[in-house]
Amino acid sequence: MAKAETIEKIYELIEPLNKKGIDLAPDVTFASDLELDSLTVMDLVAEIEDEFDIVLPLNLLPELETIAHVADAVEKIVDKG
Amino acid sequence: MDLLDKFDAVAELRASLPFEKADPFTVVMDEIISETEAVIGGRRTILAGTNNYMGMTFNEEAITAAKQALDDFGTGTTGSRSLNGTYASHKKLEQTIADFYGMEHCMVFSTGYQANLGMISALGGKDDYVIIDADSHASIYDGCSMSNATIVRFKHNDVENMERRLKRLPEDACKLVVIEGIYSMLGDAAPVKELLEVAKKYGCMTLVDEAHSMGFCGEHGRGVAEAEGVEHLVDFYVGTFSKSVGTVGGFAVSNHPKFDVLRYTSRPYIFTASPPPSVVAGAIKAIEAIKNGGNRRAHLWENAKRLHAGLKEAGFDLCTDKAESPIIAVHLPDAMIGTKFWEQLFLEGVYVNMAAPPATPAGMFLMRVSVCAQHTTEQIDEIIKRFKITAEKVGLELKA
Ligand SMILES: Cc1ncc(COP(=O)(O)O)c(C=O)c1O
Repeated sequence: MAKAETIEKIYELIEPLNKKGIDLAPDVTFASDLELDSLTVMDLVAEIEDEFDIVLPLNLLPELETIAHVADAVEKIVDKG
Repeated sequence: MDLLDKFDAVAELRASLPFEKADPFTVVMDEIISETEAVIGGRRTILAGTNNYMGMTFNEEAITAAKQALDDFGTGTTGSRSLNGTYASHKKLEQTIADFYGMEHCMVFSTGYQANLGMISALGGKDDYVIIDADSHASIYDGCSMSNATIVRFKHNDVENMERRLKRLPEDACKLVVIEGIYSMLGDAAPVKELLEVAKKYGCMTLVDEAHSMGFCGEHGRGVAEAEGVEHLVDFYVGTFSKSVGTVGGFAVSNHPKFDVLRYTSRPYIFTASPPPSVVAGAIKAIEAIKNGGNRRAHLWENAKRLHAGLKEAGFDLCTDKAESPIIAVHLPDAMIGTKFWEQLFLEGVYVNMAAPPATPAGMFLMRVSVCAQHTTEQIDEIIKRFKITAEKVGLELKA
């Protein structure tokens, strides 16, 4: 499970895109809860990459359905890096 | 449960588009009058959405050679390039393209789509990185899916954004940067020089897809990399015969000394039949004609500039500030106006491509116009005129 700090940072990046005002939580999904289209997701991925100074490979994206998934993936990459 | 249920949303979206008298997804060309005109649904129509940039589809030498090849070699090779599907003409075509690009090696594929699949899937191994532009053509994305590499995407044509990503990749890993010279939907050119220079700074190999620039960009028509004087930074070119060359097929060229090993390792090269001899013979002649086609090239650019200027002056919202290619894309506000506009323009006797998401970037709705070297100035003016009439009829507001 990712650190609260990582999750908080991701919330911050998502908030401007949270048009429906969903309560952000680790199990919130990008597609069905936040209803982000693929272009918005692409921008978000770029912002997460820049925030954590990592690369989130395209190959990983289909598996990252929830905020927790992303936070875990980010930490894994940061730790490896 | 049905396997096709997952497409219900697509089917719904498709059904919701308000076409009444014509539908861009069911256009049938009944008769091809010339490179620039067809009969569609009984109506004589100006073709302005064909990718036939250099107007090679009716090139006389190409047709004569293709007919001769049909007589001499039959309708098809019925086999892979790796087995019975390589004829002397395939080797000659490869030599013709290698000479055209001034490079050592060439592989001919059955389509340009397969050339990208074949190159990217073979080059991108398990521990490698493939770095692509976000607006890449589907064949590049699919090549990436087929590869075992880690795929990294940068913002369209954004050199700085690419560099930030390259910086984060392991220094000693093998990396391939893939870009296009001209992007097919908006017709915008890539900053090829800067992108390739940065790619090289980070030790990447480079692949440039010149599908929509071959024939008319650069002194010899090799594409945008030639026009920007950075061909020495290109490790692999990918191209197609389905646009300027006027037939079907694809290719990759390179100076890499080990290039030929791809003939044994690139699955989209191996596991499909080679292009038929008539296509190959026609392609050879068309490429020769392109080589000597200075006048055509000049007229093509005149057409592109005239169309761009005319539509801009009329107040249409164009996707590029000037004509960067023979593709002039007109931005429409939404799907409703977009579909109506396409339909009305079609009824006025002009065929353009209607481009909608997901083929377009940023969810844009476009009338994608592409001009041909064989369009007359009168036809270009006619296209502009009918665009204006259409705007009025569908109530599209133009900028003053
Ligand atoms: C950039 C790009 N690459 C490759 C292709 C594929 O070309 P082909 O029609 O030969 O499969 C296209 C054409 O659709 C393209 O736009």
